[in-house]
Amino acid sequence: MKKIVIFFIVIFFCIAILYLLIFKNTVKNKSYESIQIKGSDTIVSLVQLWAECFIKKYPMYNISIIGGGSGVGFASLINGTCDIAMSSRQVNKNEKLLAYNNNVNLTEFKVGLDGLAVIVNKNNPVSGLTLKQLRDIFVGKIVNWKEIHCGKNEKIVVLSRESNSGTYVFFKECILKKNEGNICHEFSIHSLMMASSQAIHHEVSQNSNAIGYIGMGFLDNKVKVIAIAANKTSKYIYPTIKNVKNNLYPISRPLYLYTKDIKKTSIKNFIEYVLSVDGQKITSRTDFVSII
Amino acid sequence: MIKLNSKFSQKIPFFFLYAATILTIIPVITIIFVIIKNGLSAINWEFLTSMPRDGMRAGGIFPAILGTFFIILLTIIFVFPIGICAAIYLNEYAKNNLLTRVINLAIINLAGIPSVVYGLFGLGVFVIFFKLGVSVVSGALTLSIMELPVVITTTRSALNSVPYSFREASLSLGISRWLTIRHIVLPNAVPGILTGSILSIARISGETAPVLFTASALYVSYLPHSMFDQVMILPYHLYVISTQVPNVRKDMIYATAFVLLILVLGISCIAIVARIYFKRRKKW
Amino acid sequence: MYYFGKNMRKILYIIIESIIFFCGILSIIFVILIFGFLFKESFVFLKNYNIVKFLFGRFWYPTLETALFGILPFICGSVLVSVGACIIAVPIGIMTALFISEVASKNIRNILKSLIELMAAIPSIVIGFIGMATIVPIVKNVFSIPTGLTAFTGSLMLAFMAIPTIVTISEDAIHSVPWQYREGALALGATKWQMMKIVILKIAMPGIMGAIMLGIGRVVGETMAVIMITGNAAHIPTSIFDPVRTLTATIATEMGETVKGGIHYKSLFAIGFVLFIITFIVNFIADIFLKKNKNL
Repeated sequence: MKKIVIFFIVIFFCIAILYLLIFKNTVKNKSYESIQIKGSDTIVSLVQLWAECFIKKYPMYNISIIGGGSGVGFASLINGTCDIAMSSRQVNKNEKLLAYNNNVNLTEFKVGLDGLAVIVNKNNPVSGLTLKQLRDIFVGKIVNWKEIHCGKNEKIVVLSRESNSGTYVFFKECILKKNEGNICHEFSIHSLMMASSQAIHHEVSQNSNAIGYIGMGFLDNKVKVIAIAANKTSKYIYPTIKNVKNNLYPISRPLYLYTKDIKKTSIKNFIEYVLSVDGQKITSRTDFVSII
Repeated sequence: MIKLNSKFSQKIPFFFLYAATILTIIPVITIIFVIIKNGLSAINWEFLTSMPRDGMRAGGIFPAILGTFFIILLTIIFVFPIGICAAIYLNEYAKNNLLTRVINLAIINLAGIPSVVYGLFGLGVFVIFFKLGVSVVSGALTLSIMELPVVITTTRSALNSVPYSFREASLSLGISRWLTIRHIVLPNAVPGILTGSILSIARISGETAPVLFTASALYVSYLPHSMFDQVMILPYHLYVISTQVPNVRKDMIYATAFVLLILVLGISCIAIVARIYFKRRKKW
Repeated sequence: MYYFGKNMRKILYIIIESIIFFCGILSIIFVILIFGFLFKESFVFLKNYNIVKFLFGRFWYPTLETALFGILPFICGSVLVSVGACIIAVPIGIMTALFISEVASKNIRNILKSLIELMAAIPSIVIGFIGMATIVPIVKNVFSIPTGLTAFTGSLMLAFMAIPTIVTISEDAIHSVPWQYREGALALGATKWQMMKIVILKIAMPGIMGAIMLGIGRVVGETMAVIMITGNAAHIPTSIFDPVRTLTATIATEMGETVKGGIHYKSLFAIGFVLFIITFIVNFIADIFLKKNKNL
């Protein structure tokens, strides 16, 4: 009994000593400034990558990142619980008003672009879709390729991401929600939920009747990219980096960082780094599109 | 003939009993086996002691391990004194009256509240109301309230297993109640309290939902150096890399699960071994 | 301490004993705090939103202009997953408990009990991850359904988490059946199985029911594993192979995305309150059963 008690005490002390050692190492950093980033889950992995590389260049800063959502980012920026808010949309009217009432000046930085490509098999003759056709396909109103101009008489296999991914949410908001009334459409019950963008890419390259959507970073010549038109009369546009940058491609959105205190050197340094050539190189390494 | 028949027919239900037991055991072994098989190759010194790199797709999980240890340590400091005192009250002082019944009901209720509701409570009270922010201390306080019923129940049964004759002998010598508890009951109950507490520590270290909104950050570039820092936590890190970060190597996820499993099962094993050891040495 | 005078010592003891008393009633305080807090937040929500529409509304669109907060899909999801888990876990759990308590030899019993204790300790996040990585594709291929993230998969994994609770507590109940009953039954010529079926199960029934209730409590409150493997689709499921979303999963996935103090935030506390009530009832019933068992 005594032995075991002593054993536990020793373990406890080991932990404590281990902790003290680490405390010693990091106590230096305590005087350094910390940057708190909060906001959209869509770009959290990108911002995390930026933070990592930023720390290598400026080791005197402490950064912590919490996801949540764009709304949380704005709210905590206004409440003063974070320094930078990351967002996949622009600040809306209510948030602007709230910021104004709290004497907060939001500064906006466009730091990257997010675009989704709709892909089909290489043997599929269809090359362009309007947004309405796309919506009808994904909610299950159009079930056969022949209903689309020059399509074959084959059933459409709809591929979607699983509901916990940001891509799913963006596609749903962008394509399925554009309708009248309150009740937004759900994906067709026959659509297949795939675990990753690679899985969709793989399935589309194998299955000649499949249609799916993936981030632009995943595109290659094994699949056929569909050009999208906003409505029947407008031009069909391919998801190229140029088109996304010029805001011509309909399934894309800019990504923002917001801050209220741009004069603070830590925040300024971080945002300058993000917008620099190095920072934007990192953007291109992920599924997003850089702005330069 | 009838006797033979009933003996024979007994074999079928017995077969089902065996089958059910095997069905219970196989998944445990499979889970452990799958995690070890897929994760062991990614475990090395660097994985355990370095920061995550490359958008958490490479590097190590050191801050997550440290954060978990830190939060466990703080939770132990909060919960054990309170839990043990409460158990002493319930087992030694409490009379069989309305108050005791209400306390018992409260403990049962606390034990049953879903962990995510504790998370909500912690968020609303510690993070927002007491303005502790998303920090180790908020998470540890939330976990403490959650673990309180477990600690009380285990400690109580340990105290209860100390024979009443010990107490009566001491009290009949005119020794006060508190001194009897302090010098007679507690020393004899220590083994039980110890093993029960260690088991509850194992449970704390695997919990995710209560610390989801109260202590954990997705990524922290520095190691925690005070109670009011946000930390990365092993279970939440596992959640993040398996569902939110794209293109993480499979073996890294399995390796993270492996470390978490080793931590939790290791602590539980210590408790089980200790209990067997104490049982053998029990004097009464 | 012995240097103090007699009075000082007495005061010290009184202080210690009052600290102990305070700790004893602390759990009541915590329950009241949790209850009050959830009640306060959901009260504000329910003042702005009809309670009938909240409990029986079929649509959950918290971010629309005119937000809809109907939690019927989640209640259905939770019920479906829990019932599925119970159907799997209860027979297996009770049979395992019978085996451990009545059939197994002493050594095997100790090993099995330790294993089940380890099983209870496996974190839910690990179970969720393993389910996502291994069981989900298997379910998808075996039943050839579009996605493996279904209520069925969730039930499977949750059954695994409920089994340890059911086994430990019903094993206790079975073990506490007095030996006289066993010997009486055997002496009357019953076989071992008849003795177990007719005598032991009947006498231990309240304890077993309590174990089942506690298992249900654990399943209903489970969060992380459910998020990862049930698909999180907020619609009313039509079959066990539909993706569902549970009450707990809704709180955990949306809490991070709400703005503090907003109506969406409050609605999640209202869900928390519903969960609190459900688990309170379940645990209360379990306690009644277990008390009956103790009075044997």
